[in-house]
Amino acid sequence: MGLLPTRRRRRRADEDRAERFGAGEPVAPPARPPIVELRDATVVYPGGHVALERVSFGIQRGEFVFVVGPTGCGKSTLIRTLIGEVRAASGQVLIAGHDVDRLPKRRIPHLRRRIGTVFQDFKLLPNRTVYDNVAYTLKVTGAGRGEIRRKVPEILRLVGLQGKVHNYPDQLSGGEQQRVSIARAFVNHPPLLLADEPTGNLDPETSIGIMQLLYRINRTGTTVLVVTHDREMVDKMRRRVLALDEGRLVRDQVTATYHEESTSEFGVRVRAEMGVREGHTNGEAAETPPPRS
Amino acid sequence: MGRIFFFIAEAFRALRRSASPSLAAIVTVVMTTLLLGVFIPVIKASSTTTQNVQSQLALYVYMFPDATTKQAKAAQKEINKIPHVERTDYVSPQEGLQQLRNEIGKGPIGQGITQLHGKNPLPMAIVVHPDDANNLRSIQNAIVPPGPNGKPKPISPAIEEVNNGQQAANTIRTVTNAVKVILSVIAVLLLIISLMLIANTIRLSIYARRREVEVMRLVGATNWFIRWPFVIEGLIVGLTGAAIAVGMLYVGKVTIIDPLSQNFALIDNFSTVGFVPLIIVLLAASIVVSMLGSGITLRRFLRI
Repeated sequence: MGLLPTRRRRRRADEDRAERFGAGEPVAPPARPPIVELRDATVVYPGGHVALERVSFGIQRGEFVFVVGPTGCGKSTLIRTLIGEVRAASGQVLIAGHDVDRLPKRRIPHLRRRIGTVFQDFKLLPNRTVYDNVAYTLKVTGAGRGEIRRKVPEILRLVGLQGKVHNYPDQLSGGEQQRVSIARAFVNHPPLLLADEPTGNLDPETSIGIMQLLYRINRTGTTVLVVTHDREMVDKMRRRVLALDEGRLVRDQVTATYHEESTSEFGVRVRAEMGVREGHTNGEAAETPPPRS
Repeated sequence: MGRIFFFIAEAFRALRRSASPSLAAIVTVVMTTLLLGVFIPVIKASSTTTQNVQSQLALYVYMFPDATTKQAKAAQKEINKIPHVERTDYVSPQEGLQQLRNEIGKGPIGQGITQLHGKNPLPMAIVVHPDDANNLRSIQNAIVPPGPNGKPKPISPAIEEVNNGQQAANTIRTVTNAVKVILSVIAVLLLIISLMLIANTIRLSIYARRREVEVMRLVGATNWFIRWPFVIEGLIVGLTGAAIAVGMLYVGKVTIIDPLSQNFALIDNFSTVGFVPLIIVLLAASIVVSMLGSGITLRRFLRI
């Protein structure tokens, strides 16, 4: 699953260790580079609009991170930068130690195969069934038939849509469509999942269901980065929050009360705190322990 | 292998969804290929005809009706001395009549010839073959040099008239050249129209499938993986059109050209281009045109 070639990873680890030796500190297990790291990244759109200005932060593997900020603060640009659609004018954007901007153009598709992306408007193909929408990702990346037949039902079970396999997107509710889109993004089990306003079009109860699903995916070891302006949801989730304003990183906060909880505990707690009764569950799967990686 | 089926399935899916522009493009390709399939043999045949006419060019030297055979033979000897004369044939009135009968056949005019009651109105003639058609004029000038008072004075008093057939050859050449130019221009225009219509089909297809393209890019499809279905779509349009046209040409050949060619030597000329090479050329042209059509559009409209 590692994105980094082993040789380079080893070299970095060696350097880290050497530093630690020099400082006389105890030897820690070799550190892997952060899965996402921005160093003074600046993104300028044609026309001169500065979308991101000297942004620096790192996200470790397995983290669940929110990015918040008002409209136009550069949240979506951040995602577009991470998948190599927009290039940084200066500074570095590193995915698992790789500089995205230095990646040759023909390698970009391979980068995107290792990053799942979820959008506010789902981006589902209206003339294909749920099954085909998810299978499309696998076909496009050259998976065999056997693999598709095995993986698609599995991922649809995970997102709780096993009963709607042959429905078309317009026969589904917004929450269900977002689940399809998450299934499509996660079917390859990418190490990194980016979600751009995944609950932007959804009501609070459905949003909690989606967040619960993202949390479940996070607990399989996948790093999840969620861009949102839903302050209330962010507060209740109690995860790390990066706040952007006018292209600058203005806050990087790890909530002190963060603690490990199971997906169902999470769901119960957030629902209680947001005052949402557990009514219709919007296709949420019966609570099965998520596969640990 | 699975990829190829995926590409083809995607291409057909796109064709089904944008049926009317695809149909328009196919019909245009049919028309273009059909007309090309007619034009190519016609152009080829007209070139062959011109070549025949030129190779058949000769000077016809006619004697006065009262000239003697001896005078004619002497004139032939004189003509043989002229430079660029390859050979000369003496044609007696009897032989001339025979040739005329052969050319005219057994129609009403031919029957008229039999009613000559033994009289032969034809003069003795000498057919002069030049080594090259371009030397006809100089040979003619040598046989009938202009006299001192400006009036032409033949090298032999027995010669009444020299006919060179240049006029006819020139007319034929001008007409065939004009036909060739017009047909070529029409053919090129049709090719351009087909190219543009295929390009338009692909453009509409790209527009109709922009969501698919967007999703493909998001989930990490390589650039050529995204392009292939469109290229194949263009190819299907081109090849379908060409196949229909070739079918129509074959039917036309079997029902119209083949029966006629048994009776008319001129139409037989049309089959100077073999049917199989013609089909290969047409199919190759349609493949090139459709590849170009999709390629140009992909380059312009599919920013990946």
